[in-house]
Amino acid sequence: MNLLGKLSWSAIPFDQPIIMGATAFMVLLVVSVLGWVLLKGYLPYLWREWLTSVDHKRIGVMYIVLALLMLLRGFSDAIMMRAQQAVAVGGSQGYLPSEHFDQIFSAHGTIMIFFMAMPFLIGLMNIAVPLQLGVRDMAFPTLNSVSLWLTASGILLTNISLAIGEFAKTGWVAYPPLSELQFSPGVGVDYYLWALQISGIGTLLTGVNFVTTILKVRAPGMSYMRMPVFCWTALASNLLIVAAFPVLTAALAMLLLDRYLGFHFFSVDAGGNAMMYVNLFWVWGHPEVYILVLPAFGVFSEVSATFSGKPLFGYRSMVAATMAICVLSYTVWLHHFFTMGASANVNAIFGMMSMIIAVPTGVKIFNWLFTMYGGRVQFTVPVLWTLGFMVSFVFGGLTGVLLALPAVDWQVHNSLFLVAHFHHVIIPGVVFGAMAGFNYWFPKAFGFTLDERWGKRAFWCWFIGFHVAFMPLYVLGLMGMTRRLQHYDVPDWQPWLVVAALGAVIILAGIVCQGVQLVVSIRNREQLRDATGDPWNGRTLEWSTASPPPAWNYAVLPRVTAVDDFWASKKRARTTQDQPSEAPGYKPIEMPKNSATGFVTAFFAVVTGFALIWHIWWMAALGVLGAFVTFIVFAFRDRDEIEIPARVVAQFYRAHQAEAVR
Amino acid sequence: MNVALAIDDVRHDAQPRVDEAGPAPKRIVVAYGFWVFLLSDIVMFSALFAAYAVLVRATAGGPTGAQLFNQATVAIETACLLLSSYTCGLMSLAVNAQRRVATYSWALVTFVFGAAFLFLEIREFATMIAEGATPQRSAFLSAFFTLVGCHGLHVSIGLIWLVLMMAQVAVKGFRANVQRRLLCFALFWHALDIIWVGLFTVVYLMGVAP
Repeated sequence: MNLLGKLSWSAIPFDQPIIMGATAFMVLLVVSVLGWVLLKGYLPYLWREWLTSVDHKRIGVMYIVLALLMLLRGFSDAIMMRAQQAVAVGGSQGYLPSEHFDQIFSAHGTIMIFFMAMPFLIGLMNIAVPLQLGVRDMAFPTLNSVSLWLTASGILLTNISLAIGEFAKTGWVAYPPLSELQFSPGVGVDYYLWALQISGIGTLLTGVNFVTTILKVRAPGMSYMRMPVFCWTALASNLLIVAAFPVLTAALAMLLLDRYLGFHFFSVDAGGNAMMYVNLFWVWGHPEVYILVLPAFGVFSEVSATFSGKPLFGYRSMVAATMAICVLSYTVWLHHFFTMGASANVNAIFGMMSMIIAVPTGVKIFNWLFTMYGGRVQFTVPVLWTLGFMVSFVFGGLTGVLLALPAVDWQVHNSLFLVAHFHHVIIPGVVFGAMAGFNYWFPKAFGFTLDERWGKRAFWCWFIGFHVAFMPLYVLGLMGMTRRLQHYDVPDWQPWLVVAALGAVIILAGIVCQGVQLVVSIRNREQLRDATGDPWNGRTLEWSTASPPPAWNYAVLPRVTAVDDFWASKKRARTTQDQPSEAPGYKPIEMPKNSATGFVTAFFAVVTGFALIWHIWWMAALGVLGAFVTFIVFAFRDRDEIEIPARVVAQFYRAHQAEAVR
Repeated sequence: MNVALAIDDVRHDAQPRVDEAGPAPKRIVVAYGFWVFLLSDIVMFSALFAAYAVLVRATAGGPTGAQLFNQATVAIETACLLLSSYTCGLMSLAVNAQRRVATYSWALVTFVFGAAFLFLEIREFATMIAEGATPQRSAFLSAFFTLVGCHGLHVSIGLIWLVLMMAQVAVKGFRANVQRRLLCFALFWHALDIIWVGLFTVVYLMGVAP
């Protein structure tokens, strides 16, 4: 009986210089950040104001910090793959051995979907949704913090796999039988499974939290048809989380049972059925596409209306299209595996459904176009991302319609054509949307705007780099190149792959520009300061409060009378020459108390996950016990709210008004 | 029932229109959020049901459901669980009336019925495993043990939760947050019944059908 289970020194790949270099870099980064925080004495502040915070705005910021870090990690994987494929032709094996290359493409997909795109959009929703609804917090603030930290646990486990052991070599979908113990005996798939299970719980709780918040916690007068479109898309996205993530949890749990206890859900013997995993995975996976893209559509709606100075064209049709996509997203999953061997009729119906779902998406595109048409469009950074999205997403969607034809899909499935297609929708759709939202709401979260010049450079690099990197992949797909090739024997492919690698370098330049944009903006924050809280002449409620908003968001909950209520009230004030009314009688405000529950639970989740991956059973038991005790302590705490005295509230508003006037 | 009672505390004509009222009272928000969570739990079970339906014939030469299931035991199990749901309802009434002794008593009865259910289920599992019908034997048995076992796991969590809630009533009394948690517990316990009804039908009744 080994106390450390399967763990030993041989788990650390000392003989792999690339992995050890990356590990050393990561360890150095973590140690220097921790050292800096400790030396400067920031730890108490960080603990009090951030790590234990249950404030939705801070939680949102922390989600986005995680997402940006994971963007860097996922992008390093991407550029390594591009570099490998640009050189590994004929006799050359490139610089990445196949078992490392396999881990890289699996980690790239897993990280970009679960740990970059998801946290980014959930972060934006956290910052914006309660403010847009005109309320003080989420329905369940402490649960929100638990969600954040469980996501962080999954991220940490995935990144530990770089140094200790390995990551899955199965692709980000981990199809059995390849992912079964028989064919993947290492810990890679276990890292994948436990990281996703732990962060999946966090995501599910986020879904429950947002659905409850949007349906039950809104300012007086904020009826459904007065909600900003971003709230509608957040609602649709979170309904999908609630209804889709449990299916992923179940599918991954079955695979875990197969791997750990010798069950036969997906095994090749004893009656197991591997195609069942593929079905279950995509019953989650297709709605997941819309979980990601719907909030981004919400951002584009807010941006196009705000910067055109016009109400959103066809608000009601936008809401209807959003909810239609929400429902239809459950009727198309089989198009991910037309080649499974289902009958022609089954393939036909899923092909048709896949084309039908393009209709509400088209409605949205026209709505954004008509919103801008006749408006006075300001070409700010968020608008550039929005326009870039509209131009490229339409083409990405069209290649999707091609792939929705089973006959075409049979020709190009599993080829780089497919890779090109889904990057063509997910990068303009989700990443551009996240960047637009990042630039749009940054001043709300921090009180100063981002530098426009570097923001525009970042956009152009991304936009050009994206097309240079992915258009060649369509050609390569049609030439017959399959995905996930560590090396290949067809010299004709190489020029195209060199161009694609060049595109990745241009995107890298875009990412560097974004880093510079952040640094420059922080350095020039005094010039970029937004004292009014409304830097864009916004339309929705979040712009009616200070930037950054106080912990309580609104001293008095706004009373909503129209769509784009803030815009309407600004117009009213202009026509009646109203001065901002005298200080209302401020009342003390009850706010949820900070809680270490999320952070501590996540710590134990990491311990448990790590122990289960390495079969260290005693440690797993301790981890579960620790999480349970944390839960009990939380359940028995006596005070869960603190009262902010009226004096403090009044002080804040006096200071804010003085600054705004100045 | 509990939600309705909570609303009855306020006169209906005194309430403004829902849209105008602003954030809902905390009790409504908590119960609603918990319902949403329960729905997600039911979705997870639906995936397990689907897996069971796909694999039910995949016995790989091993025993079938008709050979394994003892319907008398399952009938007693079902009776225990449904009765515990009834006594859980009575407990909710006692909680709403803030009667401590009645709350403890009905909680105890609920716990005993729940534990009896769990005992019978574990005994059924143990018998099957002793006969060599382990989850490793065939895909059908994998799906069976996972589906039924997942429900059993939920019942176990419910029992632990019930004990914790009684501790909270003892330490903190019928505070608003304790009452809300008891309400959530009741929802949880009834939801397990709904799942069991589906499970009983799909696994035990259809499983022995020719």
